[in-house]
Amino acid sequence: MRRCSSSDGKGASVKIGVCVKQVPAKDAPLAIAEGGTWIRESDIGFEMNEPDSFALEEALRLKEKHGGEVVAISMGPDRVKQTIKEALAKGAERGIHVLDAEFYKLDPLGSARSIAAAIKGENFDLILTGLQSDDQGFGQTGVLLAELLGRPHATIIMAIEVIDGRMKLKRELEAGWFQWVELPLPAVITIQSGINKPRYATLKGIMAAKKKEIATVERGSLGVPDSRTQQIERIYVPQKAKKTEFITGSPKEAAAALIEKLRHEARVI
Amino acid sequence: MKILLITEQRGGKWNNISFETLAASQQIAQQTKGTISGVVIGKGVGALANELAGYQLDDVVLIEHDLLAEYTPDGYCIALRQVIENAKPDLILLPHTYQVRDFAPKLAASLGESAPSKGGKGMIGDCIAYRYENGKLVFVRQMFQGRTAADVVFTGEPPWIASFQSAAFRGDTAAKRASDKAEVKSASVELKPEQIRTRPLELFREAKQAVDLTQAPILVSVGRGIKAPENIPMAEKLAKLLGGEVSASRPICDEGWLPMDRQIGSSGQTVVPKLYLALGISGAIQHVVGMKGSRTIVAINKDQNAPIFEIADYGIVGDLFEIVPALIEELEKAPAN
Repeated sequence: MRRCSSSDGKGASVKIGVCVKQVPAKDAPLAIAEGGTWIRESDIGFEMNEPDSFALEEALRLKEKHGGEVVAISMGPDRVKQTIKEALAKGAERGIHVLDAEFYKLDPLGSARSIAAAIKGENFDLILTGLQSDDQGFGQTGVLLAELLGRPHATIIMAIEVIDGRMKLKRELEAGWFQWVELPLPAVITIQSGINKPRYATLKGIMAAKKKEIATVERGSLGVPDSRTQQIERIYVPQKAKKTEFITGSPKEAAAALIEKLRHEARVI
Repeated sequence: MKILLITEQRGGKWNNISFETLAASQQIAQQTKGTISGVVIGKGVGALANELAGYQLDDVVLIEHDLLAEYTPDGYCIALRQVIENAKPDLILLPHTYQVRDFAPKLAASLGESAPSKGGKGMIGDCIAYRYENGKLVFVRQMFQGRTAADVVFTGEPPWIASFQSAAFRGDTAAKRASDKAEVKSASVELKPEQIRTRPLELFREAKQAVDLTQAPILVSVGRGIKAPENIPMAEKLAKLLGGEVSASRPICDEGWLPMDRQIGSSGQTVVPKLYLALGISGAIQHVVGMKGSRTIVAINKDQNAPIFEIADYGIVGDLFEIVPALIEELEKAPAN
């Protein structure tokens, strides 16, 4: 179905793969696991990595505009199926689950190689990822996928226009600067958070998702070497750079005490 | 340890974070009794190479090519790979900028034998510090949005690639040479137009900046904890009473509750006011890099484990919707100077 004209005359349809990671919920209390190299996953909630939710929304909008298909891809233990289901409920056509109970042990290159191997046969026109994950936060998956699949890429994108097999992208630079860049499809794009307002799943969407397919691939079956370029020796609660003076009491007391300190101790007001 | 430092410039102007990474390189070189080659890449950037040669390093590698006049990930990776294969460094250090995020993982993966499917090197990005222990380099980076830190080490064969976050080191501590200059070597690289798949177009700034937050002595900054746009005026009132301006973390500007030019952090402004009052800001790295140099930092947050408290001088754990009105009331009784 790739590169064929869609019936509504809006141009070629696009087959889009979107990577959605599952990460600990924002308000989940984090405790360091025994061994000290990861967090305790047993008693916390998980959710779709917020930056990836913007990538998913962008994928859905591109599909709605140009026609095509959105495939949600996630790697991790069984629980990540929930995140794929959420993507299906929002409008993705199908899902690919790369199953690995110890996904957190992979380094960025190992993760990207595994995803690349799992989606090799899909020949996506476009692969989208969020800017970075809210857990490890390496921000490398999209760029590495592009390299491994031999495709051009662009990162931190704030607007996408697809024109005749090419894309015009608004790339965010630092300190308020932007740049337009053009690149050919197929390509890999990482999406800046805030590019859109992610939709909520509708009840109809949730019902429809139950009939959608999630293909599960064991990561171990992909033939990707387990060798790592780096490893986490220890994770820990960071030491404070400053000694914070905590002000307690009722709101009124705390407010009065803070103003007093800012006036006479810090002398900044 | 043989260090290759890759600096960043655009249009012949330094990205000053390059000197922070130079300072880091100098420290590591000193501890490991190593050497530093500083790379300047672009077109018409010889003056920058000469300037870099005035610093404490062993040599400067100048990579110039017509196709490097503007940054593209393909152009940079192809050119840098040739220089790296020739120089054979142990450690490649870069500043953790948006541009580095765009090309460095790709560069790393393209290094080594039979890359990218089998070879490929790893990158430890966004480091806030390093330690040199028992002959081994340990890199420190934040995880879970700054709620934990991690010690990360390279496991494979060099070259290793790492990038340092903005303000992890002080650029003004980068040591200069007393009088002479390091040698500037021009590296010739092969690059063909058809190898570059992206086409950079115009650079621009969004709507002109209505407010210059860098000049504000006091900032009252709001984060997700402010909950709804109707609550912004409360923060504005507090800012006015303190004689300051209102600013925000990224999600607030993304929501359109405050304009983008009021955003503090890596994609917004970097500020160093005398007082920074963070209301309902958790303290994600991207925000903290834009304000951690503030003279006095006050954090008000309902979560006592919020990372913002790690850099705060004063903290109140509580409901900002109770505390801010109390602050306003207090200031109305006796206005700030």
